[in-house]
Amino acid sequence: MSVAILDVLDPRAVCLGVEASNSEAVITLLAGKLVEIGKVRSSYAGAVVAREQSMPTGLPLGEINVAVPHTDPEHVIAPAIALATLKTPVLFGSMDDPDERIPVRIVMALALTDKTAQIGMLQTVAGLIQAPATLQALLAAETVPAALDALRTTAECDLHG
Amino acid sequence: MARKKTVLVACGTGVATSTVVAVAIEETMKERGIPVVIRQCKATEVRSLIGDVDLVVATTPVPNDLGKPVVKGLSFLTGIGKAQTLDEIERILRA
Repeated sequence: MSVAILDVLDPRAVCLGVEASNSEAVITLLAGKLVEIGKVRSSYAGAVVAREQSMPTGLPLGEINVAVPHTDPEHVIAPAIALATLKTPVLFGSMDDPDERIPVRIVMALALTDKTAQIGMLQTVAGLIQAPATLQALLAAETVPAALDALRTTAECDLHG
Repeated sequence: MARKKTVLVACGTGVATSTVVAVAIEETMKERGIPVVIRQCKATEVRSLIGDVDLVVATTPVPNDLGKPVVKGLSFLTGIGKAQTLDEIERILRA
């Protein structure tokens, strides 16, 4: 049921060791990658930044927090994920409580077109979020192939496993 | 047979995190023998869709004056406290 994350994560949209001063900078970077590879429209970046302000996507996981910025399907051309690991943590609002800001080390910008078509992709993302060892390996990766290797181990990870 | 309970699952866009939550609730309640109808929506749409809903599960904040039980769904994404959340949902749906 879950799909391999590498089917929707283009290596050209993987940014490692990013130094960013705020969440908007990270989102703009990842949105730019998704525009370059033709997955989202130019309106995507602004829409995601605006949504992040009103309904943030930081997930408090304990050690390594993850944010999953995304927006409405109208800004998306095809399903995709862009991923950044951050050299130093960047503050994102918590999805649970927008007034709370949490330090995030991994950002996955999601480009979604339709909920039913993307159940597998979303479950894979959720599985990855819930796999601390994979997140740790991802953060340690210094090259894109190494990051993809770290993610490959999640390919069989099922949210309901 | 008991009336199917309706669960409204909300997130910011109505397509992303609510999908993960909806699938998890549907599968688990099926396993536990509780027939449910799941609807998904944006957090901003909850109030207009609350009518015949038995329970709201939301990954983002929703109004606290809906007159229906609301359960936080973040644990379906983080995995932290997921079992307790499912038990709470079961308890409310069996009530």
